[in-house]
Amino acid sequence: MASLLHDIQHHSVTIAAPLPLDSGQVLGSVTIAYQSYGALNPDKSNAVLICHALTGDQYVASDHPATGKPGWWARMVGPGKPIDTDRFHVICANVLGSCMGTSGPASPDAATGAPLGMAFPVITITDMVRAQAMLLDHLGISRLHAVVGGSMGGMQTLAWAATYPGRLASALVIASAARHSAQNIAFHEVGRQAIMADPDWQDGQYYGSARAPTKGLAVARMAAHITYLSEEGLTEKFGRRLQARDIKSFGFDADFQVESYLRHQGLAFTDRFDANAYLYITRAMDYFDLADPHDGRLAGAFAAAKDVRFTLVSFDTDWLYPTSESRRVVQALQSVGAAASFVELSAPFGHDSFLLDVPALDRLVAGSLLAGLA
Amino acid sequence: MKLRPDLAIIADAVPRASRVLDVGCGDGELMAALQSKGVDTRGLEIDPDNVTAAIARGQSVVQGDANRDLADYPDDAFDYAILSQTLQTTERPDRVVDELLRIAPRAFVSFPNFAHWRVRLALLWNGRMPVTRLLPVAWYETPNIHHVTVSDFRDLVRAKGIKVERVWHLSGDRPASDAAASWRAEHAIFLISR
Repeated sequence: MASLLHDIQHHSVTIAAPLPLDSGQVLGSVTIAYQSYGALNPDKSNAVLICHALTGDQYVASDHPATGKPGWWARMVGPGKPIDTDRFHVICANVLGSCMGTSGPASPDAATGAPLGMAFPVITITDMVRAQAMLLDHLGISRLHAVVGGSMGGMQTLAWAATYPGRLASALVIASAARHSAQNIAFHEVGRQAIMADPDWQDGQYYGSARAPTKGLAVARMAAHITYLSEEGLTEKFGRRLQARDIKSFGFDADFQVESYLRHQGLAFTDRFDANAYLYITRAMDYFDLADPHDGRLAGAFAAAKDVRFTLVSFDTDWLYPTSESRRVVQALQSVGAAASFVELSAPFGHDSFLLDVPALDRLVAGSLLAGLA
Repeated sequence: MKLRPDLAIIADAVPRASRVLDVGCGDGELMAALQSKGVDTRGLEIDPDNVTAAIARGQSVVQGDANRDLADYPDDAFDYAILSQTLQTTERPDRVVDELLRIAPRAFVSFPNFAHWRVRLALLWNGRMPVTRLLPVAWYETPNIHHVTVSDFRDLVRAKGIKVERVWHLSGDRPASDAAASWRAEHAIFLISR
């Protein structure tokens, strides 16, 4: 599966400048795969950068090249949509460490040409943002009208405001947080251990072999998928209903619909994602804590960002990045005098609400992007 | 779009290019009017539908509760704080007034006057809690848990050493004279300062 995934051609640029990483290591050059939509205006002032989530990709509003499914935010991005490509030039880049064309663990070693595997350096959310800034430099875009992201995309958006406050006019952060909690890290560790316990993982050097840790990756996805849904949503969708049978099997088949669903989600995921990329990106999220370089004071991260307009949105059924984490960011923004908006929306879908049909979110996204336009 | 009369008075009285926090900003109607005269506005609002509507029209509004969340704003973050028709709904109006004047040196506070003659008559003749145009909800479900009169408010600010810069009295959405305002004003707008 992984080899098929890595055969896909993506639109990308290779920037031959070094990228210094938070770990102290340096990437000698970086390849960034990206998609763009809508025209860049002559003064290059209408660019909107969308940052994708953990398992997202640059195909925000175009069909996924591996699965053929519509883009992950096609309902939000396009002509006449809340992120209106008739008005904005939308850029979405595959994050550093991922597997859809941007430099990551499947990238070749510069010296040998063999896939790096675990020799790829550990990266952070801010490293992802630095790579995006290099792409924008390459594109000649010095300042963004907005950076927008949900979940890990929201973390990148916050890191953008903290790292390059002069390069964005507004930041839209949906269902996200400024740090990973112990619970967040714990769920990710379960996923990583599932991958690394799979004998086909082979210490990360599986790319040339006929075996890839698809079982481990599928289990990682199953565990993570539970965290994206609300208990109420799971109960409503599956309850205790049995899968294609009338009686329990007294065995270990997927008796329950919820088991069958999770197995399908896990397996389907391995068609479009690389196990090592999953390790690196979850690690980056776990290391994320914007307050850490400021003695635990989150406001310190935004000291230079008071001219950025922030909009934060949480969902009442999201227990992965709950409302309290968004409020913490809002408090920090208020203490530095930044213009911050915040609302907790009611939606039944848990963390995944940011990807689904929540009409109030559409209005908020459209409105916050139009604010500050002349 | 016509502003509610008390909001129109406040919108008119806020100087250009000042920084304003509108506490209980609703869907951002007053903020929009202030912005059109170059005022830098932020809002706090408890109802998520109102917050969504205000953000959707381009306002900076935080969902929050005036009883608790004013504490998140730093001292002197604004030139003016505005609390319109909300004081009587707060758990501790005295503390909210303190917070307003911590966040900004000046504050507009408007509230329905519980000593208006209609209210007095309702109590005197019917012996029942009044239900009026500005206080339209029955006693058991009203959000107005701290009814206040013009005289009560003056007593409160005097006790706190707060200065009253200006007062507007309204009756039937029109200016009412200051004479006998205690019983003739349906509602009042105070501009107070530290």
